[in-house]
Amino acid sequence: VHRNGHGYCGQPHKRRKTSDANETEDHLESLICKVGEKSACSLESNLEGLAGVLEADLPNYKSKILRLLCTVARLLPEKLTIYTTLVGLLNARNYNFGGEFVEAMIRQLKESLKANNYNEAVYLVRFLSDLVNCHVIAAPSMVAMFENFVSVTQEEDVPQVRRDWYVYAFLSSLPWVGKELYEKKDAEMDRIFANTESYLKRRQKTHVPMLQVWTADKPHPQEEYLDCLWAQIQKLKKDCWQERHILRPYLAFDSILCEALQHNLPPFTPPPHTEDSVYPMPRVIFRMFDYTDDPEGPVMPGSHSVERFVIEENLHCIIKSHWKERKTCAAQLVSYPGKNKIPLNYHIVEVIFAELFQLPAPPHIDVMYTTLLIELCKLQPGSLPQVVSFEGWFQFALSDCLTQDLESPKPKFVREVLEKCMRLSYHQRILDIVPPTFSALCPANPTCIYKYGDESSNSLPGHSVALCLAVAFKSKATNDEIFSILKDVPNPNQDDDDDEGFSFNPLKIEVFVQTLLHLAAKSFSHSFSALAKFHEVFKTLAESDEGKLHVLRVMFEVWRNHPQMIAVLVDKMIRTQIVDCAAVANWIFSSELSRDFTRLFVWEILHSTIRKMNKHVVKIQKELEEAKEKLARQHKRRSDDDDRSSDRKDGALEEQIERLQEKVESAQSEQKNLFLVIFQRFIMILTEHLVRCETDGTSVLTPWYKNCIERLQQIFLQHHQIIQQYMVTLENLLFTAELDPHILAVFQQFCALQA
Amino acid sequence: MSGGLLKALRSDSYVELSQYRDQHFRVRRAGPREGQALGQNAEERFALVSLCRLAFCLGDNEEQEKLLKKSCTLYVGNLSFYTTEEQIYELFSKSGDIKKIIMGLDKVKKTACGFCFVEYYSRADAENAMRYINGTRLDDRIIRTDWDAGFKEGRQYGRGRSGGQVRDEYRQDYDAGRGGYGKLAQKQ
Repeated sequence: VHRNGHGYCGQPHKRRKTSDANETEDHLESLICKVGEKSACSLESNLEGLAGVLEADLPNYKSKILRLLCTVARLLPEKLTIYTTLVGLLNARNYNFGGEFVEAMIRQLKESLKANNYNEAVYLVRFLSDLVNCHVIAAPSMVAMFENFVSVTQEEDVPQVRRDWYVYAFLSSLPWVGKELYEKKDAEMDRIFANTESYLKRRQKTHVPMLQVWTADKPHPQEEYLDCLWAQIQKLKKDCWQERHILRPYLAFDSILCEALQHNLPPFTPPPHTEDSVYPMPRVIFRMFDYTDDPEGPVMPGSHSVERFVIEENLHCIIKSHWKERKTCAAQLVSYPGKNKIPLNYHIVEVIFAELFQLPAPPHIDVMYTTLLIELCKLQPGSLPQVVSFEGWFQFALSDCLTQDLESPKPKFVREVLEKCMRLSYHQRILDIVPPTFSALCPANPTCIYKYGDESSNSLPGHSVALCLAVAFKSKATNDEIFSILKDVPNPNQDDDDDEGFSFNPLKIEVFVQTLLHLAAKSFSHSFSALAKFHEVFKTLAESDEGKLHVLRVMFEVWRNHPQMIAVLVDKMIRTQIVDCAAVANWIFSSELSRDFTRLFVWEILHSTIRKMNKHVVKIQKELEEAKEKLARQHKRRSDDDDRSSDRKDGALEEQIERLQEKVESAQSEQKNLFLVIFQRFIMILTEHLVRCETDGTSVLTPWYKNCIERLQQIFLQHHQIIQQYMVTLENLLFTAELDPHILAVFQQFCALQA
Repeated sequence: MSGGLLKALRSDSYVELSQYRDQHFRVRRAGPREGQALGQNAEERFALVSLCRLAFCLGDNEEQEKLLKKSCTLYVGNLSFYTTEEQIYELFSKSGDIKKIIMGLDKVKKTACGFCFVEYYSRADAENAMRYINGTRLDDRIIRTDWDAGFKEGRQYGRGRSGGQVRDEYRQDYDAGRGGYGKLAQKQ
């Protein structure tokens, strides 16, 4: 029997996979994946052809085809209607296959929900609903499923985010299937709508302020995602479900499809809430454009139009599918179907910034988005750059900069941008491009400040030792030689030194750190070498907590003009255990840093420190898991073959596991302590400010305060998964009811994110 | 459940190995040196030595590929001679924490000669650099990143005859950021 288009001779009874079979499976995979891409033939004829090929291959490859179609339903949501049409055609030709596919989809939906894959589950639900349009699933059974979804809003003692998801899954499918469902079951749908509306009215929205990007509502209101979607669906309903944006290939096959027999969805009970359930966080819809932008081109669909929703969904899906391939991603974005009727470039830019600004965290690494924008500009050099137009923003920021105090937001923003530019180039370049009138905004020349450097420093305590050290360093002294030089340094803190002279001596730290860092100032590598070579001295001087703090203080005095150097030195010192994370946290909140508290580099350092702590915990947990697995494997092997010597092997491994267990506990405790220190310090400085304002009768909302309270929010958002573990402690110990409501509000908003 | 992600979605072409292999890469081996090759006579010894060399070469390639596929180190090329370690740190930190940067040096002058190695703590961070930093600009030059089997002492030096990189020996164009004309062109 010869098959069309495969060029091989199929043998239906052969069950074993041959290399031919593998080729065929790959071929099928490729055909299914590629349908809908640019082709010489029309989409309809490609779909028809593919349906024919698949139908013919069903006897031998049914389970593979089922799996492939379920996978594309899950992973290629931007091609939803293409694949639902394909399934519709297959169902028309083979009713049993249609039934098996629906069953497979339901199984997959249950698995996704169990595995907390809620974003994928939405695509599966949407796929199922579009199958109603393709006459694969009977409308009443879909309505019944949605009834069950919305009835979750009646569940008690479950997180709001659970109820939210089921409502979202229902509402977000309606652009595709609302019309059909309403035509068949309007009374039932109206009931579901009524339930949905009452839920949306009574649900909590405490989380919203924390997730909004702009603080003002003009010109673009920052709507909570469910509120926005509800408004969009309401409008769609008012417009009699007329939706013209979605590509619907099945319309061309209506005569074939309406002959097909439909299947009923089995009754679907949402899986119950469990301890392990983690639902998606709520979102705020980010907007930066509206119909007033690009007056020359096609009009941008309004924020409450369903077209806006569908376009944004599809663009987000494209990024999700192709984030690893920047050129492909850009190409797929700019070739979005229907692009001539919408200001596509504006939508693309808005969606990219929406992801970049998404709170708590963007779905992908920041640099992906910036590089994607560059690729998009390369593809559309005539139109896209104007949309992104950073110059416009920068111009806006520069305006009034000269008349404002350097600490207010606009000048601050410009200063930080220029500092960042300097890091990617060099200081003179910045001076060359910034006009003299704006020179106050230029960053400092990132040079080292050595206090023992000039003539006037003769009178400084420790000066002679500093000179001695400098000579020693230059002649490649050893750690021991440095120790012996430092022995002579008096301790300003106490009258009589230890014999060893190793207690906290700030002057010793001062002369050592100043001199060493000054001599190693040439480059990062030089400084790292210095830290490595004299690690022993550092460890000894910084043994106590005060020692650690002082090392950081002195380092900061030397390098205060070079924030980038400060950041890399702190990083190295943590990694080589000269200082610990808690010391860095305390240093950041110390009075020495208060003047620079609102500068970007401070927060870069703090978040980098927290991340290192988190990675450290994860690493040791992994080591423990691996050791446990090794032991389990050994046990299994022992039960398989009786081996006396494995007792001894067990012993060593069990000891290792015990040690690792202790290590994990100690690391987790250090991690928790770090967050507690940070939160405590925030509460202290914020309370201080609030009390002072109250007594002085001044407004609380100074630029410093706004900056500080949002930095506190940032800690919660950027590290939310870890912090979730500490909720009870935080509530009982730090964020208690007696706390100022301004500060408590931040904690409450955070709690609301998973409530 | 599908057997795996579909090929189209598995695509990660920026992370794939390029064609380039370091021709100086050798696996360290213990064992008889060439002069100690066993054999009854000169012809036999020659045959055995040739066979050994071929086997080692194939082994080297295999080993190099293995290392490249799990490497956390990137080679970065087409840098300006004036690009500093600090600039490289800033740019490459965008994909993750950097463990070490080693600047490429002219073997004679011991000054920067337009390349460097960037080592990350994690493979994932290095992959993101290959996906998103490779092919972008630093000091207004399009830089190129490629997997590296790992830094070894000596590899920080250019391999061109004049001390810089090989590419600067023979190129004919004028490149202000890379010492002007190519070395050969300069001599003419």
